[in-house]
Amino acid sequence: MKGHPCWPSSVGDTMTTVDELREVARICRVHIVDMVYRAQAGHPGGSLSEIDLLTALYKTQLNVRPNEPKWGDRDRFILSKGHASPGMYAILAEMGFISVKDLESYRVLGGICQGHVDMKWCPGVDFSAGSLGMGLSFGMGSAIAARLDGSARQTYVMLGDGEIQEGSVWEAAMAAAHHELGNLNVILDRNRIQNDDFCETQMRMFDIPAKWRAFGWNVMEIDGHNMEEIVNGLEFLSNSNEGPSILIAQTVKGKGISFMEDNPSFHGAAPNDEQYSLAMKELGVSQ
Amino acid sequence: MTKMEATRDGYGQALLELAENEKVVVLEADLGKSTKSLHFRKAYPERTVSCGIGEQNMLLVAAGMAASGYIPFASTFAIFTERAFEQMRNGVARPNLAVHLCGSHGGTHTGTDGSSAQSIEDLAIYRTLPNVTVIHPSDSVSTRLLTKQLASSNSPSYMRTARNKTPVLYENASKDTIKIGKGVELKEGNDIAIIACGVLVSEALKAAESLADEGINATVIDMHTIKPIDTKLIDVVTKRCGAIVTAEDHSIIGGLGGAVAEHLSTTNGAPLERIGVHDRFGESGQADEMLELMGLNATHIATAAKKAISRK
Repeated sequence: MKGHPCWPSSVGDTMTTVDELREVARICRVHIVDMVYRAQAGHPGGSLSEIDLLTALYKTQLNVRPNEPKWGDRDRFILSKGHASPGMYAILAEMGFISVKDLESYRVLGGICQGHVDMKWCPGVDFSAGSLGMGLSFGMGSAIAARLDGSARQTYVMLGDGEIQEGSVWEAAMAAAHHELGNLNVILDRNRIQNDDFCETQMRMFDIPAKWRAFGWNVMEIDGHNMEEIVNGLEFLSNSNEGPSILIAQTVKGKGISFMEDNPSFHGAAPNDEQYSLAMKELGVSQ
Repeated sequence: MTKMEATRDGYGQALLELAENEKVVVLEADLGKSTKSLHFRKAYPERTVSCGIGEQNMLLVAAGMAASGYIPFASTFAIFTERAFEQMRNGVARPNLAVHLCGSHGGTHTGTDGSSAQSIEDLAIYRTLPNVTVIHPSDSVSTRLLTKQLASSNSPSYMRTARNKTPVLYENASKDTIKIGKGVELKEGNDIAIIACGVLVSEALKAAESLADEGINATVIDMHTIKPIDTKLIDVVTKRCGAIVTAEDHSIIGGLGGAVAEHLSTTNGAPLERIGVHDRFGESGQADEMLELMGLNATHIATAAKKAISRK
């Protein structure tokens, strides 16, 4: 859809079109499959479901400086579903926080790309994840800090849908609304699959948007693989300043790789040689 | 007459004194009246974050604020901090964020609230976490001084305070006497070293008096910092006295006694008797009744001292 309205990119003065976003997301998908294949471990499913959202977030919204990752007034992004680290490493590489070469260190001893994203190891990572249900509380802390600082910086937290089965998420949801944190934004990757099986089997969550509304949040639902909807949804987040906001993105686990899509087996499993070749072919990589 | 104050009051006073640093913030989980953070909240409501009855959230909000340059002091009952142990482990200790967690109402000395409120394992569990300093002061003055020192620390901490009043031991002490990581020698003797923390330091001093009546000269150490423990001082008093008693209102497993035993296992050692809660839960009772029931008071410490001496 060339010629579609553009959005200012966070990097430099360039403008980013949805086509460009789609292309960055495709390249990130290649990185994700590469990382997991090379490590023969990791979490491709949730990385592939989140990557369109992460691409648009980094390219159109986040006010960050890849060459100055600890810049104090940066927007904060917290990947609470920290197992989906290949997705985050991929976009960090495409943004220039780390190099594409760094992606080879995923799950390798001493590598900056730890199994779960870690602020002590990797530039551009603002939260040490790995234990589900923690990122929203941490994000609430950075949002309160921004308010105390009188800064307009925003905090974005990505949650998984299985993750919101953790009770502490709802402690944070209640507290963020109580403190009227308009600078706190959540993106929920609603990919419908968790470690063992479909969420519907493991723990039914019923009406998720209604739950967040009832907790006092602004809610918008989108298709998490439709770039126009994603960009509009992110605009909704940044424009909603009366209380915390959540973008509930309907996604497909393993999106982009046919045999991984909607398949609980690829929550946390690496492709074999044959599957890797097929995946690369589907991603348009000639081998 | 001995002045009596609760260590939690020293914590509350320290927070007020720290307020001149605008980066100091306070987090509460509905128990500010009890932990004594309420004084700070009343004076500086804009820098106080109410987390409701939600300890897990509180620890990580504190972590997020620490990562943004603030100096958070979060408090609740010692026992309820344990509910957020994994948050402390994964969200605070692992990234080494300088969050200062205070658990008040520690130990069986807490009294009539009963066993659900008497944490007897907090020192042990926090001591296992890398990067975390663990402190259990003996009186209100040292609590105030140690809390103030924490504000300039670059790593997280756990401090246990007590609900009930205990004798003020450091009325005129300076900040040079009370330093994180340095045990304080309150009494010097050659026959037995009593290493105590928290509410049992004053009991250890009483025990030393009764031992003196029997011609036994005891050293008494206030080991307010359980981690990093002052191994130099342990070595000095081990050499001097040749026998040791540890005393804490905490399980004999993993706390002060555990830390001293671990250190002695790496040296030539000395006979060691541990006064502490013997792998059981408490019940409702007055503070002094609890110390008697659990075998933690001056009489028990003196008996343990004689036993340790007999093992030399």
